[in-house]
Amino acid sequence: MRVSVPFLSKQRFYAYFCVFFVLFLSPIAKAVEIQQVTSPGGIKAWLVEEKSIPIISMEVIWKGGAVTNGKEKAGLAHLVASTMDEGAGDLDSRAFQKQLSDNAISLSFGANKESFSGSLKTLSENQDEAFRLFELAITNPRFDQEPVDRIRNQILISLNQKKSDPGSIAGRRWFELAFGDHPFSVPTNGFMETVEKLTLEDLKAYQRAQIAKDNMYIAVVGDIDADNLAKLLDKTFGAIADKSTLPKVEALTAADLNAPIVDVSEMDIPQSRVIFGGAGVKRDDPDYYAAYVLNYVLGGGGFSSRLTEEIREKRGLVYSVYSYLSPFQAIGLHMGGFGTSNKAVGEAISLVKAELEKMRTEGVTEEELISAKTYLNGSFPLRLSSNNRIANIMVSMQLSDLPPEYLDHRAELINAVSMADIKRVANRLMDPEKLVITVVGKPEGL
Amino acid sequence: MFSKLSRYVLVAVVAFGISGAKADTKEEIPTLFDPITTTLDNGLEVVVIEDHRAPVVTHMVWYKIGAADERPEKMGIAHFLEHLMFKGTKKIGPGRFSEIVAENGGQDNAFTSQDYTAYFQNASKDKLPLLMEIESDRMQGLLLTKEAVGAELQVVLEERSQRTDNNPGSQFSEQFNATLFMAHPYGTPIIGWRHVLEKLTTQDAIDWYEQYYAPNNAILVVAGDVDAEEVFALAKKYYGPAVPKDLPKRTRVQEPPHLAKREVVMRDKRVRQPSWRQAYLAPVIRTAGVKEVRALEVLNTILSDGPTSRLYSKLVIDDKIAAGVGSYYDSSSLDPSSFVLYGSPSNGVDLETIETEIRKIIDDVLENGVTKEELASAKRRMLASAIYTRDSISSAANIFGAALAQGEAIENVINWPRQISKVTAEDVQAAAGRLFVEERSVVGKLLPEEK
Repeated sequence: MRVSVPFLSKQRFYAYFCVFFVLFLSPIAKAVEIQQVTSPGGIKAWLVEEKSIPIISMEVIWKGGAVTNGKEKAGLAHLVASTMDEGAGDLDSRAFQKQLSDNAISLSFGANKESFSGSLKTLSENQDEAFRLFELAITNPRFDQEPVDRIRNQILISLNQKKSDPGSIAGRRWFELAFGDHPFSVPTNGFMETVEKLTLEDLKAYQRAQIAKDNMYIAVVGDIDADNLAKLLDKTFGAIADKSTLPKVEALTAADLNAPIVDVSEMDIPQSRVIFGGAGVKRDDPDYYAAYVLNYVLGGGGFSSRLTEEIREKRGLVYSVYSYLSPFQAIGLHMGGFGTSNKAVGEAISLVKAELEKMRTEGVTEEELISAKTYLNGSFPLRLSSNNRIANIMVSMQLSDLPPEYLDHRAELINAVSMADIKRVANRLMDPEKLVITVVGKPEGL
Repeated sequence: MFSKLSRYVLVAVVAFGISGAKADTKEEIPTLFDPITTTLDNGLEVVVIEDHRAPVVTHMVWYKIGAADERPEKMGIAHFLEHLMFKGTKKIGPGRFSEIVAENGGQDNAFTSQDYTAYFQNASKDKLPLLMEIESDRMQGLLLTKEAVGAELQVVLEERSQRTDNNPGSQFSEQFNATLFMAHPYGTPIIGWRHVLEKLTTQDAIDWYEQYYAPNNAILVVAGDVDAEEVFALAKKYYGPAVPKDLPKRTRVQEPPHLAKREVVMRDKRVRQPSWRQAYLAPVIRTAGVKEVRALEVLNTILSDGPTSRLYSKLVIDDKIAAGVGSYYDSSSLDPSSFVLYGSPSNGVDLETIETEIRKIIDDVLENGVTKEELASAKRRMLASAIYTRDSISSAANIFGAALAQGEAIENVINWPRQISKVTAEDVQAAAGRLFVEERSVVGKLLPEEK
């Protein structure tokens, strides 16, 4: 963060034969200097030094995730993520957690559809212990029966409770209907029936296959310099496998999306929960930025969006209506949702469809395009306003194969979106007749 | 109660940063990152927290008026007005407020609690004058026409459906709070009961606005890459002309003596896992002093912070009778609030067992106190949390805004780490003894429908 020097790239050699590629960027809003650090052992990380607060945040992402588990082992990645911090090496669950707690270190893992992640946050005075515990957890997790059963019990209870949660039902149903038998339809947290059957062997096998160097991205922000980080990178990640051995997942295309579908799960509640979605764009699609701008105008822009204007402001049918791009690696999706009283469901869905149709035939106005660009560029620095946020963005950029310079070029990419792009992409994506719509409640007017 | 789309979690304990000093040398504990404050001639309090890491700013105005200040027949009006504050002024057309913020690359929202109503924007630092211009404009220039208000009451009713009526857990919390607070308005939900809410009118909102929206009832908080003196000058320029009002004294009906332990049981077919809770009427600094409140905050940490805490380690790990268990304490409200214990049983365990076993852990604290080691560990984590909190400028702004709006002395926020570090094992045990009085508590049970 802090004001930085203009763009320059240089190589430095340090006493212990580490090589750092330090890339100073002329930063977005003159804010973030990303250094690309490569350890002597070849582990790469992006670093933003921020010395004003004595803390360090690290975010790590491994490609893979729940989609590699398949239907039979649904929930495996999530159970592994929830138990990898429950004992490692010589430290059993209690000893490991006590070590974290006494040193005020937060360490956790998470599973997504297409990735597995680790987060570490520590006071810089405890940095060595924090990275040691992280290393133990990723290289030598114990998966003892007691913590695994305890956490599994918690997951089962949560899965059971979610069976009456309208938002959760609508979301699970959406993926199930949209993708049928493809593993992409399987919910990350799994099903009660599959989570019950997962074995300690399953956990160990998944962890070994998932945690590797060739699918790993690391971002660090805080009170640590490149030199110090390089040493820690080797200590922390040096011992993990070179190559991930997860099974390959069958690719998807927009044609694999089963649409149109309107599906109702009956539930006795006053307000129906509705999720709608269809084909979107992947992150590397040439139309990504046009789609991003288009979605902002449709339903991504909070109070300024067309959906909010038509459905909330003019008619008072909802408290919240939104849409967003969901660019998975396997497929791009364009999703949205709202909650409305049962009697208004038909009307609200018609309004969403009408807005999509209007956008497809008429595009957006010049004024909307300018406002969208101003907001999307002007608000970007807000996403870089804390160490945690910067770490998350840096790791996502790596996962999306974006270079550090992206922070500088992002505004140009957004500004380059023309009315012609908008028209083309609106025609491609805004198809009201190719939506998968899931409703939970007692809807009327469908 | 966020009127808009996102939900914000305010830290229950006021906590913020220690500037670099290590927490183990006694005299150096709390060098806090210091807010710089002033008060304008019209009574507006101004708080600035400088943080120069990123070129952004958080701009907030907090009004010292919330749901607990409402008359019973107008319950929900504080939150309804919060929605209407986006409907335009003499200068800014209906719905334009948020558009102007967005067109300038900013984000805005607002929220209402029992004790305050707050409005905020986050934006690039050069937008601060603009934000002040439009926020000060709606401090007294709101213009609520029929067209501008439109269907907003319907929006709030849908908000109530989404947050509360669609969710048995939220409905249960409403019933539970209404039982805990027998007289005090904290027993009424912030958004209001539906039958009262649906009768609110635009005139009710105007009356509320005219009575309470004034600079001498507000706090301006600016955090981020700013210079305090420059902020003060801008504040004077934009907020200076606002006219102070005679404000009614802020008093709410207080609780009568609680003489009977109560129990609330709710069954709902949407509930698939039973859960248990017990809330004790709990003090705040204004009623019990700093020492008592900080001791209870430490107690809360020892009881429930993380897997090594007393409740979790015994009931979830050792005894395996609970899937989840914990506690929380709202120490920062204007009037006395609650200290809550909660648990969800493992399959096959009944709620009575959970209640009995949690009670044994409380009894152990009451009889034997807490250990030196757990006290030290809890303090280390709490002091560390004060450092971690510094990573978010919006947290800093929220902490100061909420504290001042809830009648807290700013020194008690600044000195929080020092106050925590002084808590002794004896303080914790004694405060626990004063807190855990059964007749000042309510037990709640949320259960599936009987077969």
